[in-house]
Amino acid sequence: MATPPTGTGITRRAVLSRTAALAGAGLGWPATTGCATAGQQRRAEERGEITEENPFGVSSTTPLDVVIFKGGFGDDYAKAHEAMYTERYPRAGIGHQGIQKINEVLQPRFNAGNPPDVVDNSGAGMIPLDILLADHQLTELTPLLDAPSLDDPNVAVRDTLREGTIESGSYDGVMYVLNYSFMVFGLWYSRTLFARHGWEYPQTWDEFLDLGEAIRAEGISPLAHQGKYPGYVVIPIMDLAAVNGGLDTQLRIENLEPNAWRDPAVLAAVDGFHQLVTRGFCLPGTEGMTHTEAQTAWCQGKAAFLPCGSWLENEQWDQTPDGFDMAVGAIPPMAGASLPFGAIRAGAGEAFVIPANARNRAGGLEYLRVMLSRAGGGRFTELTRSLSVVRDAFPDSPSPGLASAMDLYEYARDHAVLLTWRSPEWYSPLSSELDNATGELMANRLTPAEWVDRVQRAADQVADDPSIEKHVRT
Amino acid sequence: MAGGRAGWFVGGFLAAPSALYGIFVVSPYVQTMVYSLTDWRGVSARISFVGLRNYRSLAGDDTFWLALRHNLTLLLVLPTATIGLALGLSSLLSAGRQRGGGVRGARWSAGYQVIFFLPQVLSVAILVVLWQAVFRTDRGGLLNGLLIWLGAIEPDQPLLFLSSRSAVLWCVAAVALWSSVGFYVLLFCAAMQSIPREYYEAAMLDGAGRLAVFRAITVPLLWNQIQVAWVFLAIQALDCFALVYAMTPSSGGPDHQSEVVATHLYRTGFVLGRTGYACAIGVTLFLLTLALAALSLRLSRRERVEP
Repeated sequence: MATPPTGTGITRRAVLSRTAALAGAGLGWPATTGCATAGQQRRAEERGEITEENPFGVSSTTPLDVVIFKGGFGDDYAKAHEAMYTERYPRAGIGHQGIQKINEVLQPRFNAGNPPDVVDNSGAGMIPLDILLADHQLTELTPLLDAPSLDDPNVAVRDTLREGTIESGSYDGVMYVLNYSFMVFGLWYSRTLFARHGWEYPQTWDEFLDLGEAIRAEGISPLAHQGKYPGYVVIPIMDLAAVNGGLDTQLRIENLEPNAWRDPAVLAAVDGFHQLVTRGFCLPGTEGMTHTEAQTAWCQGKAAFLPCGSWLENEQWDQTPDGFDMAVGAIPPMAGASLPFGAIRAGAGEAFVIPANARNRAGGLEYLRVMLSRAGGGRFTELTRSLSVVRDAFPDSPSPGLASAMDLYEYARDHAVLLTWRSPEWYSPLSSELDNATGELMANRLTPAEWVDRVQRAADQVADDPSIEKHVRT
Repeated sequence: MAGGRAGWFVGGFLAAPSALYGIFVVSPYVQTMVYSLTDWRGVSARISFVGLRNYRSLAGDDTFWLALRHNLTLLLVLPTATIGLALGLSSLLSAGRQRGGGVRGARWSAGYQVIFFLPQVLSVAILVVLWQAVFRTDRGGLLNGLLIWLGAIEPDQPLLFLSSRSAVLWCVAAVALWSSVGFYVLLFCAAMQSIPREYYEAAMLDGAGRLAVFRAITVPLLWNQIQVAWVFLAIQALDCFALVYAMTPSSGGPDHQSEVVATHLYRTGFVLGRTGYACAIGVTLFLLTLALAALSLRLSRRERVEP
């Protein structure tokens, strides 16, 4: 759980004692820059010989320092990957850390210039990627994409990845982040519950509202959501806006164009979700529930639909009753929508990065290459019941939620559209305001028009702020 | 030992703690003041001097002023409530029984002291989990469940507590009060041991009621401890980071309604990456706290009353 921050300045003693002496005598600027920001030079990298087998020139003796976010996925998959790396380089020791507070633990190391070699930068305590990029703290991953894949030397790594993986980790055309887990987003439900009542998954928004009334008549709430963390509902609202307005609307929003959020498609989507609140479709109290409380209530059959990503099955594994038969569906489009039913947000998450100042950057690239092998992807899916971005690694007997997510993804890829959003991740102030406004909307304290005003204002502030680096999407 | 050598002896022992203090307390304070004059982002050594720009932005930052108002509200409420409650409880525990056999504490007062102090040993993490369950927004929550069972509220309109704009700050204050009263009960109980029983008995003989005894004897003799407690609680009210960060939606929500200066600082520095600006917020809070502590010690200064 959360504890107060330890502060920014755990620094090198040698420099500190010099500074403490100077502090009393009056500060000189050069002295103080040697403190929390001591690591100014790029570290010399230790390299081995570049061969066919070793395209990055990994040194066989340099240790590899791996830090993993130990969250919903745990870190057993990382230990499996590390074992695979050790098979290839037995003399290289591996340092493994599975933690939750990535920012708190690693920020001092970034400042001192000795960050780890591989970082799984995820979770609530992650270091925001836009900040790392603005300070040029990440290594380009282009050499990884061009390298031969571990399973077939004739195929480059870039051709073994699922659609959208490279784009989702790229900034202005260059890939810096390997998003490793592949996630699908939608409305989750229990096929068993639906079969018992004879309900069909709705294909339009009107069908959804009618179904909602039928569900409510049975004494079940049509919708539960993770109210305390409004980000969960921001996802389907934005997806519905994109489905309604089409990819052009989405592009205008992503590029922070003036009045992009005032598009009628956006207002319709926000209004749609607000109506779910005013019609009484939401589980009582859901607007204040944590994710575990809301998701468990949904598992217990108190609500029919729950918006979430495909980590849900793994997260709720112990709470899901037998025979629940978890499934996911696309957000039903409204009348006059530009995109067909089946369009979903699908994309890679779980950001793996190689810091620019890492000692063993070649080893880091090799570790990522190992993760992207079929065996690596397979072990990840085995241990986390989630898809990886490795295209040909899919289990033989998937759990119901995983199978449903895969079906949804394939349908969207072949017959509809795969959506990805970048701007909330690029611009933290915008993401913050989206969360705040949506929290108020779902508590019925904000009207849809006010939501649009607030979000548009936040987007305009980001657009006008010269200190925030902008990215362009085409 | 000769006077001169005593100085070296004492100084020698003090050198290590002073060095630790200088390195881990004074130096970061000074560094923060320097960084507040820069545009540092917190993840590398890229930095440039921008003068007082951060302080100018601070003047126009609405969220900061809202957060400060919340802190001042907590400052008005928490210390008085905590000290008042602690004084009342401890005087009951120390001098609650006034009967023929003289003045004694309430029965089982040792047991009560343990119960009151128990919340103090709980870490913030446990407090958060505990009170999340109490404030939970459906009938699974302790308070909502109780109110629904009593019929005071409808099952489909539960109270939102931590997700309510108007109630969230008071919920946080309630948790802070609950968790810190015990410490001050113990503090005041210990201090009351040094008040001679004869004073109470004399007052009782003179016909003073409990309230008069409390006002005229207990409070003046405990004034030093009350002063110290006030300063501690004032500092806690100006901080209150851990509870707000962990218990409220979006750490200061909903929608900044429970924002305190410390959570605003944390978000600005670690989520939005404006670490230089966050340092400016920190320096401002530091100066404010210092001023407040000095002022309150000055105003509450009195002649020490020897019991």
